[in-house]
Amino acid sequence: MRAFPLLSLFLSSLAVASVASAASTTAGPLTTDWPAFRGPVSSGASPSAEIPSQPKIAWSAKLPGRGLSSPIIIGEKVFVTAAEGPDQERLRVLCFRVKDGSQLWERQLLATGRTMTHAKTCVAANTPCSDGKRVFALWSSNDLAAFDFEGNLLWLRGLTADYSNASNSLGMASSPVTVGTTLVVQIENDSESYALGIDTNTGKNLWKLERPKFANWSSPVPLPARAGFPAAVLLQSKEGVCAVDAATGKTLWQLAGNASTMSSGVALQDVVYLPASGVTALGVPALGVSEPQTLWNARQINPSTTSPLLLQNRLFTVNNAGILTMAETTAGDIKWKLRLVGPFSGSPVGAGDRIVLINEKALLQVVNAAAPEGEVLGQLQLPLNEATKELSLCTPALSGGRVFVRTDSTLWCVTQ
Amino acid sequence: MKVPLLLSLLLGTAVAPVRAGSLEDAVKTLTQVGREGSGNEAATQAWTQVVASGPKGLMPLLAQSGSGSTVADNWVRLAGNTIVAQALEAKRPLPLDALEAFLTNTAHSEAARLLAFDLLQQADANRAQKLERTFGNDPVQKLRRGAVAFLLTSAASKSGEEAKKAYQEALSVARDEDQTKIVSEALKKLGVDVDIPKHFGFLTQWQVIGPFDNTKGAGFQTAFPPETEVVLDKSYAGKSGPVKWQPATSKDEYGKLNLNETLTALKEATAYAVTTFESGEAREAELRLGCKNAWKVWLNGELLFARDEYHRGQRMDQYRLKGRLRKGSNTILVKCCQNEQTESWTVEWEFQLRVCDGTGTALLSSASKR
Repeated sequence: MRAFPLLSLFLSSLAVASVASAASTTAGPLTTDWPAFRGPVSSGASPSAEIPSQPKIAWSAKLPGRGLSSPIIIGEKVFVTAAEGPDQERLRVLCFRVKDGSQLWERQLLATGRTMTHAKTCVAANTPCSDGKRVFALWSSNDLAAFDFEGNLLWLRGLTADYSNASNSLGMASSPVTVGTTLVVQIENDSESYALGIDTNTGKNLWKLERPKFANWSSPVPLPARAGFPAAVLLQSKEGVCAVDAATGKTLWQLAGNASTMSSGVALQDVVYLPASGVTALGVPALGVSEPQTLWNARQINPSTTSPLLLQNRLFTVNNAGILTMAETTAGDIKWKLRLVGPFSGSPVGAGDRIVLINEKALLQVVNAAAPEGEVLGQLQLPLNEATKELSLCTPALSGGRVFVRTDSTLWCVTQ
Repeated sequence: MKVPLLLSLLLGTAVAPVRAGSLEDAVKTLTQVGREGSGNEAATQAWTQVVASGPKGLMPLLAQSGSGSTVADNWVRLAGNTIVAQALEAKRPLPLDALEAFLTNTAHSEAARLLAFDLLQQADANRAQKLERTFGNDPVQKLRRGAVAFLLTSAASKSGEEAKKAYQEALSVARDEDQTKIVSEALKKLGVDVDIPKHFGFLTQWQVIGPFDNTKGAGFQTAFPPETEVVLDKSYAGKSGPVKWQPATSKDEYGKLNLNETLTALKEATAYAVTTFESGEAREAELRLGCKNAWKVWLNGELLFARDEYHRGQRMDQYRLKGRLRKGSNTILVKCCQNEQTESWTVEWEFQLRVCDGTGTALLSSASKR
């Protein structure tokens, strides 16, 4: 009889666990989260964040290695990847508390693929992503690891062990993205190129797509589902762009052309803004139509190596020299240009009427996008280590009233 | 239902799916993951079980490290890394003596000893650092770095003959390019020349033939005559006329064989280089290549690897190709393709290749017949 209360508690905890489990299998990232490169829908925009007009350092946390990857934020945790060691062979995933930057955990693995990169980039170039339950970390060495939020390993892949010639001696950088229960990775280079749809639960391939044999650093972009049209992912390359059913890997439509191999597009349900010959707007075709309609092309909008931001139905691009351009989305007409302090490797991100960018010298710049010609509201110079020639090459991440950026040595949280 | 699992559920802590098998079985499961994620589900369960076992899981993990693939090694590594992190947080004792004893036993695999060192470093950095200084002659190249760094620091504080002796000691154990460069530059200032090609085992004497065609990169997949026979006094139809083997010597400190010098600066061209490596014994070896052109490498007629990437970068030991040397003469054949690009950074048509053991220690050919 004494076991009864215990059993009852046990059964009720099972029930709670079951409910929690059911909830967690359906819930994705929250609107306050920043679960991937360029945010919740890979547009650079957050629907809920607030960008401080007068940014100040809230906290900083030392990182054990370099990285170009952006932080991602899920709930009260911020995740970041790094790589260090003489050959950048030591790969790290770190988890910090959002409110104070205290480190919650760190995991280490060794690169199983090639780690050679150009000196400016590094092995931790790909931004990790999350489906709201797990963190998926990919490095330039094609090592791919899934962790829960407590740092428990869920699965591992060594994609170079699977496909031995897929690497770029300059380094890889494409960031993965989740669509439903599919993790999409795009591994493209001169020697062996492919895209994989990976089961987020097991780490096994759902599909594998042969891709053009060219170096490509652009990232897959989710294409939202709509009536009769499955959730898809947009893959761009030197040969053009295609939309792939995320669940099956089936190509839904494609368009030949010369899309950017660095800057990644923005996809809405019915329109795609593609970095191709400047920016090209494509009307997403109905299911069964194999080619999208070109709505407009604006050669004068040049995102260069950064990716465009779609904010409140306006398109923003910044070139390496530091010119921020605002264009309307009906025809791609430029409305204003604003000179910022460049150069930029990271892309602009935004929320509400504000945009935030960080240049390579770690000067954070906040722009009022609603001003008639755009205006700089505030700046914050983050300290860099001159002795190590430290740089900031990442794209900022947004959550709540915070901006997260990383430099080579440090993770920074910036608030009002 | 086992009591610990029940308690775990009741306390709301992480639930470890307990397998029927032993800890050793669970560790073995980690090492059995295969290509394309096969074995992942079982490994996920096993990983949870191993980590839940706490510090007592460390030695079984080390015992199995290196017995599977490199990916499997990361399953093992992450389990060890997590166990140590959790033990440190909970202030639980760790088997540091056993870790050290495992690490210093060079009979264990490279992966296992590297893991042992990293776990020791994570648990007690000072202890690991002290130990690291003793690894100058270690058979694991990565373990040598700390010892070499220590010798370099020590040498830098000396002068004259003392410094010379200290740097020469560092050179005798240095295997990495960056550390060897520091040593050789310091010794040069002290009046001592270092034979870098010999130190690393670069192959500098070659016979070269070409150009064969590589228009639109098609030459990479085309088997030109040297892929079926190497007859040094024979000539063949090349891209723009008959071609024949000719001697080529690298005078580069890091063994780069510049094909532009031998064959003139060409585009869309394929060349082959062949040499003979005399080995005193049959043994495993590494052929380490640096090349920014498309390439293929054969050892005694066996294709070791092929890669058609152009002008993305080159460095020493960029590719580590494992092969088995015969006792006596071994034929090493390199195919090196130049593409159509004309930018200033696409001029190079070259490779550097050395023969060494797994530590990066040079294996020297007893004679070069070609």
